[in-house]
Amino acid sequence: MTAISLSSPRAIAWPAILKEAAMTAFVALLLTIPLVGLRTVDRPTGLGLETRWDEVAAAVGLVFLGRLGLCLIREGHAAIVLVLAAAAAAAGFFIAMPTEALRIILIAGGAVIAIRAILAIRTGRSKLSQAERDKRMDHIAAQVQHASRWLGPIAIVLALAFPFTPLADRQLLDIGILLLTYVMLGWGLNIVVGLAGLLDLGYVAFYAVGAYSYALLAHYFGFSFWLCLPLAGLLAALSGVLLGFPVLRLRGDYFAIVTLGFGEIIRIILINWYQFTGGPNGISGIPRPSFFGIADFTRTPADGTMAFHELFGLEFSPLHRIIFLYYLILVLALIVNLFTMRIRKLPLGRAWEALREDDIACASLGINRTNMKLAAFAIAAMFGGFAGSFFATRQGFISPESFTFIESAIILAIVVLGGMGSQIGVVVAALLVIGLPEAFRELADYRMLAFGMGMVLIMLWRPRGLLAHRDPTILLHGKGGSGGPAAGTAAAGGQGIAGGSAK
Amino acid sequence: MTTNHSMTTTPLLTVEHLTMRFGGLVAVNDVSFAANNGEITAIIGPNGAGKTTLFNCITGFYTPTVGRLTLRHPDGKQFLLERMPGYRISQKASVARTFQNIRLFGGMSVLENLIVAQHNKLIRASGFSIAGLLGLPSYTKTEREAVDLAKYWLDRVRLLEFADWEAGNLPYGAQRRLEIARAMCTEPVMLCLDEPAAGLNPRESGELADLLTYIRDAHKIGVLLIEHDMSVVMTISDHVVVLDYGRKISDGDPAFVKNDPAVIRAYLGEEEDEELPAVVAADLPEVAKRAEEGA
Amino acid sequence: MEYFLQQLINGLSLGAIYGLIAIGYTMVYGIIGMINFAHGEIYMIGAFVALITFLTLGSLGITWVPLALLVMLVSAMLFTAVYGWTVERIAYRPLRSSPRLAPLISAIGMSIFLQNYVQILQGARSKPLQPILPGNLTLMDGAVSVSYVRLATIVITIALMYGFTQLITRTSLGRAQRACEQDKKMAGLLGVNVDRVISLTFVMGAALAAVAGMMVLLIYGVIDFYIGFLAGVKAFTAAVLGGIGSLPGAMLGGVVIGLIEAFWSGYMGSEWKDVATFTILVLVLIFRPTGLLGRPEIEKV
Repeated sequence: MTAISLSSPRAIAWPAILKEAAMTAFVALLLTIPLVGLRTVDRPTGLGLETRWDEVAAAVGLVFLGRLGLCLIREGHAAIVLVLAAAAAAAGFFIAMPTEALRIILIAGGAVIAIRAILAIRTGRSKLSQAERDKRMDHIAAQVQHASRWLGPIAIVLALAFPFTPLADRQLLDIGILLLTYVMLGWGLNIVVGLAGLLDLGYVAFYAVGAYSYALLAHYFGFSFWLCLPLAGLLAALSGVLLGFPVLRLRGDYFAIVTLGFGEIIRIILINWYQFTGGPNGISGIPRPSFFGIADFTRTPADGTMAFHELFGLEFSPLHRIIFLYYLILVLALIVNLFTMRIRKLPLGRAWEALREDDIACASLGINRTNMKLAAFAIAAMFGGFAGSFFATRQGFISPESFTFIESAIILAIVVLGGMGSQIGVVVAALLVIGLPEAFRELADYRMLAFGMGMVLIMLWRPRGLLAHRDPTILLHGKGGSGGPAAGTAAAGGQGIAGGSAK
Repeated sequence: MTTNHSMTTTPLLTVEHLTMRFGGLVAVNDVSFAANNGEITAIIGPNGAGKTTLFNCITGFYTPTVGRLTLRHPDGKQFLLERMPGYRISQKASVARTFQNIRLFGGMSVLENLIVAQHNKLIRASGFSIAGLLGLPSYTKTEREAVDLAKYWLDRVRLLEFADWEAGNLPYGAQRRLEIARAMCTEPVMLCLDEPAAGLNPRESGELADLLTYIRDAHKIGVLLIEHDMSVVMTISDHVVVLDYGRKISDGDPAFVKNDPAVIRAYLGEEEDEELPAVVAADLPEVAKRAEEGA
Repeated sequence: MEYFLQQLINGLSLGAIYGLIAIGYTMVYGIIGMINFAHGEIYMIGAFVALITFLTLGSLGITWVPLALLVMLVSAMLFTAVYGWTVERIAYRPLRSSPRLAPLISAIGMSIFLQNYVQILQGARSKPLQPILPGNLTLMDGAVSVSYVRLATIVITIALMYGFTQLITRTSLGRAQRACEQDKKMAGLLGVNVDRVISLTFVMGAALAAVAGMMVLLIYGVIDFYIGFLAGVKAFTAAVLGGIGSLPGAMLGGVVIGLIEAFWSGYMGSEWKDVATFTILVLVLIFRPTGLLGRPEIEKV
């Protein structure tokens, strides 16, 4: 399975290739026999078994052909493979397959192999090395980063104008709100993971603290959303400090597992302390936000308050509240973004990045590591808390179900897939991770399957994240000066130092 | 170069009976010496002599098992280093250090490395970020001063034109120089260098020697130096401390140390010669000659 | 006293299961320094393969229990090991030299994928199974009754641990594995096939997790596609608790967590048992950051 790259075609070593493809197919056979070929089914008499050997055969056959195709590309016969793979992909639309999933695998697999073949023909190489691919993506990332200077404002204007376009129906607005919520969470977590380099697997805990803070304060004391929003942020930040204080001195992976544990603890408390939190049933009837305490978004407001549509002399529409919520989360998200962009140019933000780069060197420069990390943790927790209370007021109902580990994983995936520390990367990744599955809702069952596979594939394709690129926060020579390869390789360490006869 | 340092001045750093044990291993055993302000004190010794451990005790990465480390600033302030947590030693006692295996912030630019070094000054000026977030002028002014200091040191280490490069992309020798510049940006009273000449070619070593003498003479601070490169040690040191197996075996000016039988024994070995002593043995007479020519 | 003994047995058998899964985490962490997040799903797959094997045997008319158990054990270990191998090959090996977070995200993606894969193929509903090994061993005049399954779990785990220790300490594979743990590059230069050793590490970890999955199926008689997550987290906790990278530590951590859970459920009610587990983890890490049996390490400067 070594990747030999040869540019010129030569006699095909059929025995070796067939053996390799057969081995892969054999592995596929072992993988599919128990779970694909034999299915458990519920029968009135108990568990029964069903066989699907056709699916096993089809899957093994596809794997065999796929591997064969890749081997042939490696051996320099890309042209034939291109034709065959394209034909296979096209055939996928017509020939009968045992299941739709296998049909998709045939079409997508054929397409991928065809693309590989095209690449091989164009570059004369069987595959690009990781470094070359990374270099190309670095270039793109740098360009996107520079383009974001004007792209950012345009995107903001578009986002602002969106509710007034004819496109904006209830469903799209809801998706927009969902997307922006995750963008905000991604930007919040980016402070801890992307800037300070702390792997937090329990960010959802702060989201939960924010949501429940608002829900409970409103439930027990009747506080309004606008009073609760800062309180929720404060409480979340406080919980961040409480957690952070004992655990921040732990090393990377220990830290990760403790944050994961903390996330679970919060969820279990929410489930078990049902007298206070409503337990698994959650809290319903959470008050909706008012228009800054001036007016309500109802048709007939309670006595003494105004209705939003009356205040502005509009026709009543249930969309008004949705639009308001949309703007609310947009502004909240932009605040996080603005904060991060500013803080990066301040000593605190620079200390975070320095901590990510080299913890020990920071100590030698007199930087109080614990305080800096605590600040990162508390600030990110606060933003998580804001997002949480927004979530509560938007849903009107919350339960521990919404704060499982998978949420933390999704937010972390957004940060890492986008490229650690990259603000625009978070937006792109949120579009991919949240937007795409929303767009393919009809795939229902396969949605999460594809989501998981997508995470793996993106990481394989671009381990540092799609738009990983870092611009210096301060320049001595200005742009276009003797900048040199500042926008060069490897923000994330590990790259050895060139030269040096020492050692 | 051999100045007779008088015993009357109070030393900058006093190390008394320092011992560091790791489990059963005694890495540093009852070492005492003093380092003066405005002088370069070299700590030499064969591999595994406990030099880096000694350094880590002084700069707060280890807490010594036994012993006292006193730092006296020229203005009279006094610090007991063994009682201070790591980062405080740089923050309050103004001791800066570099590392044997370079520890730069590789993904950040050269200039940013030097700005981070001035963190404590800057974060105070930024009102712990609040004034900074609001963009108050007091912070802007401090930051400009920080950049000026960074520029001064970049100029000294000839990296000014690389200021906007990613530090990890610099060549090896430049990274060593940058690390020294970064340490100097903390405005220390004592600079501790852990094998700064390792991996440098002879020309770069020479430049390093010039830089260190410049730091000592122009900035009047104490320099503590671990080094294997005898040509550097013997030419620029004012005072040499020799460790072997965690113990101090010799202490004095370079001329004294290199003729000290104990040192020769440690490097050459009494019976069997090993690899390292052979190299040093070849080096020593030549070094001695050069030192004499220099003097 | 009787109640105490009862809980002790429960805790030990539960701990054995956590320990078996934890070994997979700790070995992988020891050798490539990553948290194999998909390991919990591997364990879940092990449980499903065991279930499917049992049902297949039933449909073939093989009902002699010892034979059925043996076939289940072998088949679960074999097929699950292939899953372990494939996961490493696809999702981790290409990322060997990437930034630390990349394999972790890849592993989380793999975990989500496998969970949904099993859910789609085998259905979302939990799978009940009638007890295969019914009956209890009664001790102290019937005051304490220990089910045969739990006893079997403890015995099989001890036997496996013995064999496994022999494998690691006595064979050339074990030596190669320990060498890779110390220094992959050097081991490679000395002719150890590092890729193969890492693959085998995943294979062994998956096989042990499969045993754990089968035990859970036998003890509780019900599994679903979601059991991997919590068991995975707890087993990882066990590995960290015992000192990650240390094999006896993983087992000890598993047993400690199993005991905490059993006694907490027995005396305080089962709602808060997970909170107790995680709290103990946090406390241990604060006071002994490298776990119970991990070597204390000094910040290397």
